[in-house]
Amino acid sequence: MAFIDYYKVLEIDKSASEADIKKAYRKLARKYHPDLNPNDKEAEKKFKELNEANEVLSNPENRKKYDQYGENWEQGAEYEKARRQQQQQQQQYSGGQFGGFGGFSGGGDYSDFFESMFGGGRQRGSRRSTAFKGQDFNAELNLDLKDVYTTHKRTLTVNGKNIRLTIPAGVENGQVIKIPGQGGEGANGGPKGDLYLTFNIENHTNFKLDKHNLYTTVDLDLYTAILGGEITANTFDGKVRLTVKPGTQNGTKVKLKCKGFPVYKREGEYGDLYISYQILLPTNLTHREKELFAELAKLRTI
Amino acid sequence: MKTDNRILLQTISSYYQVELSFFNHLHDLGLLEIEIMEQSPYIHENQMHNLERMIRLHNELNVNPEGIDVVFNLLQKIDHLQKELIATNNRLRLFEN
Repeated sequence: MAFIDYYKVLEIDKSASEADIKKAYRKLARKYHPDLNPNDKEAEKKFKELNEANEVLSNPENRKKYDQYGENWEQGAEYEKARRQQQQQQQQYSGGQFGGFGGFSGGGDYSDFFESMFGGGRQRGSRRSTAFKGQDFNAELNLDLKDVYTTHKRTLTVNGKNIRLTIPAGVENGQVIKIPGQGGEGANGGPKGDLYLTFNIENHTNFKLDKHNLYTTVDLDLYTAILGGEITANTFDGKVRLTVKPGTQNGTKVKLKCKGFPVYKREGEYGDLYISYQILLPTNLTHREKELFAELAKLRTI
Repeated sequence: MKTDNRILLQTISSYYQVELSFFNHLHDLGLLEIEIMEQSPYIHENQMHNLERMIRLHNELNVNPEGIDVVFNLLQKIDHLQKELIATNNRLRLFEN
């Protein structure tokens, strides 16, 4: 657990007045406010730090304590702990609320440093006014590309609640789906929050995906490439027999229509599959093979 | 009071302690749809997400309705750019090993 320099967080120096603190806090809040920085975890973190710094420095009592212990806060934390325990024994615990300037929503959790210096168990988020509409939840779902090839049902646990939902085939990496009414409860009859589900899709297959088209490479031995023949190649969900034309060049692409990836929310519609042939040259030739290749080479030069 | 997923504007106004004129101003700028039913103004609950964001911007950062309009336009742009970036990154995977 590291010491947090709240003055540095608010970009002020130690002699800052209450008005300076308020000004600095407001200025930085305008920069890092979550409503202005969607999907920005860095800004969210900054904003939490700001709120914490403000809670400490805008409250004269907290600021004094913070200044007094400073970098030797661990000592202070020990002292505070002992003091609190004593208070609890005497049943005199008073869960004082923080003062400070007008609270912001989305302040969220406190750092461990804050907790140990100013005590845990305070009402988290007490400074934030509860929204009328329930809180929106954000969740990330990690899936494999194979999982999203077909439409399937899945049960997710979000904030202790089981949600059963259908994941449509062809959902894309980074796509966000809104599931209405699966967020927090509203206040005073307000509507429920929504759940925003972000899909993280990893691809561990031999296929590359570009939009709905799949790309893969199939090895072809020299003789089949030269003489032609039939091979079996893998598609995403099965196998396919392919006729190789005589004289097939390395890197030749074959397009298999509708053997690609399903298109999101368009049932029965698929992209295409592109197969590139990679011709494998024989290695470790025997004496006899070398002779024959030499002979072939001669035939070509004549 | 709630009517078919619609919320009485007065309820929101008193809950957030925001003047009704603020909502009218948002309405004038095309940021909020207000429906009049039985002579009372309502909003559909699917607007609550954005409306609460507007209220926060107003209450916490002192942004006025015109400023909110600007912010929302920029946020829309950011959203569009983020989606484009994701799509581009996904396409880049094609060229990675």
